[in-house]
Amino acid sequence: MIKLIALVPLFPLIGFLINGFFGKKLSKSLSGIIASVSILASFVLSVLIFVELQGSAQKSHIIEAFSWINSGTLHIPFEFLVDPLSSLFLLIITGIGFLIHVYSIGYMHDDEGFSRFFTYLNLFVFFMLLLVLGNNYLIMFVGWEGVGLCSYLLIGFWFKNTAYNNAARKAFVMNRIGDLGFLLGIILIFVTFGSISFNEVFDKAGTVGTSVITAIALLLFIGAMGKSAQIPLYTWLPDAMAGPTPVSALIHAATMVTAGIYMVTRSNIFYSISDVASEVVAITGVVTALFAATIGLLQNDIKKILAYSTVSQLGLMFLGLGVGAYSSAVFHVTTHAFFKALLFLGAGSVIHAMGGEQDIRKMGGLSNHIKITFWTMFIGTIAISGIPPFSGFFSKDEILAHTYEHSPVLWFLGMVTSMLTVFYMCRMLFLTFYGKFRGTHEQEHHLHESPKSMTIPLMVLALLAAAGGLLGLPEFLHLPNWMHHNLESVIKRPDPMTMDHDKELILMGLAVLAAGTVWFFAHMMYRVNKVLPAAKEEQLKPWQKLIYNKYWVDEIYDAVIRKPLDFLSDIFYKFMDIAMIDGIVNGVGSAVKGVGSVVRLAQQGSIGFYVISMVLGVVFIVLLTFLIK
Amino acid sequence: MLGYTITQWIFGILSFLAIMFALMVVFSRNPVNSVLYLVMTFFCIAGHYLLMNAQFLAIVHIVVYAGAIMVLFLFVIMLMNLNHDTEPKSKWLPKTIAIIAGGMMLFVLVGSLKGTEQLNLSSYGASQIGTVKNLGKVLFSEFLFPFEIASILLLAAMVGAIMIGKREIK
Amino acid sequence: MINGISINYYLLLSAVLFIIGAVGVMARRNSIIIFMCIELMLNAVNLLLVAFSTLHGDASGQVFVFFIMAVAAAEVAVGLAILSMIYRNVKSIDTDLLSNLKN
Repeated sequence: MIKLIALVPLFPLIGFLINGFFGKKLSKSLSGIIASVSILASFVLSVLIFVELQGSAQKSHIIEAFSWINSGTLHIPFEFLVDPLSSLFLLIITGIGFLIHVYSIGYMHDDEGFSRFFTYLNLFVFFMLLLVLGNNYLIMFVGWEGVGLCSYLLIGFWFKNTAYNNAARKAFVMNRIGDLGFLLGIILIFVTFGSISFNEVFDKAGTVGTSVITAIALLLFIGAMGKSAQIPLYTWLPDAMAGPTPVSALIHAATMVTAGIYMVTRSNIFYSISDVASEVVAITGVVTALFAATIGLLQNDIKKILAYSTVSQLGLMFLGLGVGAYSSAVFHVTTHAFFKALLFLGAGSVIHAMGGEQDIRKMGGLSNHIKITFWTMFIGTIAISGIPPFSGFFSKDEILAHTYEHSPVLWFLGMVTSMLTVFYMCRMLFLTFYGKFRGTHEQEHHLHESPKSMTIPLMVLALLAAAGGLLGLPEFLHLPNWMHHNLESVIKRPDPMTMDHDKELILMGLAVLAAGTVWFFAHMMYRVNKVLPAAKEEQLKPWQKLIYNKYWVDEIYDAVIRKPLDFLSDIFYKFMDIAMIDGIVNGVGSAVKGVGSVVRLAQQGSIGFYVISMVLGVVFIVLLTFLIK
Repeated sequence: MLGYTITQWIFGILSFLAIMFALMVVFSRNPVNSVLYLVMTFFCIAGHYLLMNAQFLAIVHIVVYAGAIMVLFLFVIMLMNLNHDTEPKSKWLPKTIAIIAGGMMLFVLVGSLKGTEQLNLSSYGASQIGTVKNLGKVLFSEFLFPFEIASILLLAAMVGAIMIGKREIK
Repeated sequence: MINGISINYYLLLSAVLFIIGAVGVMARRNSIIIFMCIELMLNAVNLLLVAFSTLHGDASGQVFVFFIMAVAAAEVAVGLAILSMIYRNVKSIDTDLLSNLKN
C-alpha cells in the first residue's frame, strides 16, 4: 500500500483537473461531489498507508516516482517520503480537508463561483500533500509555493471586492518575503551538503560547523515565519479572513499555516544542533503568541478573533519547537487542527445563520436558535482553553512543561498567553451565544440552523476536538504517549523531559486553575455584568485603542517599509525606467527607423542593382579574408 | 611546337575559344545568337572534360546542356517571338559599373591565385575515374540517396513547370 | 590522355568564365540572356570541379557535376516557365520593367 503513495496527491489533482476544465458544465452538486470524493479517496488511502506504516518495522519509506532533474552532477529525483511525521500530516490534511469539502458544499451553495472554489480547494490539497510528502527540500518548496498560490487565489476568491484583493496580495507578498528566506536556506543546504534530500542532508548535518547550521536554520525559519504567520510577518493572516470561511478553516487554521511547523520539525536536527536558532525560534514564538493574544482580546469580528487566536497558537507551537519539544508541537498542530477547524466552521455556521454578519456586537443569544453550532463551538472553546480532558489541554500542557524545563520566563509568558486565550475565546462565545439578540429584527427572523452537510462535519470535528488528547497522554500517568512514541524515528536528537512528575503535576494544576479562573472572570464580566464591547472606537480607553488597532503594526509597516520603498521605486521609475531604459529602447527603435528610412531607398526593385551589390559584397568578403590572413 | 606539348596547345585553343564564345554570349544583341554562342562554349567545355579524361561527363554535358537545355531556351525564345533585339539602348552607367565590379572580382580571384603551388594534373595519372563504369559505381553506391532525391527534384520541377506554365482556367 | 597542365590554369579559366557570366548578369537586361549567363557561371564551377576531381583522383567531384547538371535542368525548366508566365502577363522580359515587387 505504501508503494501507492503517489496516488494520494494524484486524486486531488484529478479532482482539480476535472473541476478546472469542466467545472462550468457540471452541475453544482456533481462538482462538489467530485471534489469531495477525490479527497475522500486520498483520505482512505492515507489511512491504509498509516495503518500499514504503524504495523511495519521499517519506519521510513522512500518511493521514487520519477527522475525529476538530471543535469550534470545535479540529480534530484521526485521522491516521496512516508514516515510517521508525513503520514500523520497526510491524515490531518486529507481528513480535515474532506470534512471541510463536505461543509463547503453547504456553505458555498449559493455562490456563483462554486466549481471554481472546489477547483482551488483541490489544487490546494494537492500542493499541501506534495509539501509534506516530498523527500527533498525542492519538492517541499514546490508544494510550499503551490499552497501559497492557492491561498492567494482563495483569499481573493470574491475578487470583485477590492479590499479582498488587497488582502490576497498582502498575503502573497508577505509569504514571498518568507519564501525568499526558505529558498536561500535550500541553496545554502545544497552548497553545504551537495544534496537536498532529507536523509542525506540529515546524515551529514553533524559534520559541518555550527555557524553554517545556524545560518541554514535561521533562513529556513524565515520561511516558516512567513508561512506560519510569526512576527514580523504575521499581519497577512488576520487579513486573509477575507476568503470564504471554509478556506480560513482549512488553509489558514488547520493545514497551510502549520507548514512552517512541519518544515521545522522535519529539519529538527538543524535546530537541535544550533542553540542560537532554537532560541530565536522559541522567543519569536512566545512573543508572537502573547502579542496576537492581546490583540485578540478586543476584536469584534468573529473571524478576526479566531485569526489572531490562530497566530497565537502557532506562536505556542514555535515555542514548543524552540525548546526542543518537536513531538509536542506536532501534537499541538494536530489538536489545533481539530479545534480550530471546528471553531472556524462553527463561526461560518454562525455567519451563515446571521446572513453574512461577522460582528459579534450584533449577535447574542444565538444558543437557542442554532443549537448544534452552539454545542460544537462550546466544545471547541473548552478544547482551546486547555480544560481537561479536552484535547487542547494535553498538547498545550506538554509544550508548557517542556518550556518550563527550558526557561521559567518563557513558561510564564506562555501561561499568560493561554490565560488570554481563555479570556478572548470566552468573550467570543458569550457575546455570540448568550444574552439578548442585538442584531436587526430581520436578522433575528432569518436565524436558522445550517444544513446537514455543514453540521455533520461540525459534529465530527467536535468529537475529534474532545477526544484528540488521547493521542498524547502525559507520561506520568504511565499511559502510552502515542504521539511521542510515534515520532521517535523522526526526531534525530531527542530532548526528553527530565522533570519529575510532582513538578509536572503542579504545573498542570496551575494551568487548569488559571484557565478556570479566567473562565470564571469572563463569565462574571460578560454573563453576569453583561459588559458589551464599545460600539464606537471613541469610547475606548487609550490602551484599548492601542490593542483595538492592533498596535498600529500595519500602519508602522506602511510608514517604515512601504513608503520608503514607494519613494525609491518612484525615483527608479523616473530615472532608471523612463530616462535610461526607455531611452535606450526607444533610441534603438528610432535609430533603426531613421536608418531604415534612408536605406529603404536602395530597395528599388532593380535586379541589376541587387546583383552588382552582391558581387561587390563577394569582392569585399574575399578581400577581407586576405587582409585578415 | 614552340616548346609546348600537344595537350597544352589543345588546352590553350579550347580555353581561348571558350572565353571568346562566352564573351559573344554576353555581347551579342540577338538572343538567338547568344544561345548559339553558348552552345559553342559548352562544346569547348566538353572538350576540356575530354582533356581531363571525364568522357562520360563530356557526353552527358553535350546531351543535357547543348541538346536539352539550350534547345529549351531556343524554344522559349521562338515561342515568345523574341528573336529580334528587343532590348532598348541601355544607359552607360549600369554597364560601366557592372564591368568595373566584374573587373574587381576578377582581380581579386586572380590575385588570390598568386603564389599558390603549381600542381600538374598529370602527376596523379588518374585516368580511370571518369569512365562510365567507375562513375556508375560511385553514383549507385555512395551517392545512391542523393541520386534518388535528384530524381524527385526533377519530377517536382517538371510538375512545377507545367503548373506555372499552363493558362489559368477562367 | 594524360595532360600536363597546372591546376592554376583551370582555376584561371573558370574564374574568367565565371566573371564573364557575372558581368553578363549585371550588364544585360534581357531575362533570357541573364539566365544563360547563370548557366555559364554554373559551367565555370563544373569545370573547376572536374579539374579538381582529376587532380585528386576522386570521383566525387564528377558526381557533383552530375548533380549540378540535374539541378540546372530543373532550374531551367521552372525558370523558363516563370519567364513565359511573366511574358504572358507583362509582355516584356526586361528586368528594368520588372522592378515592381508587388502588383
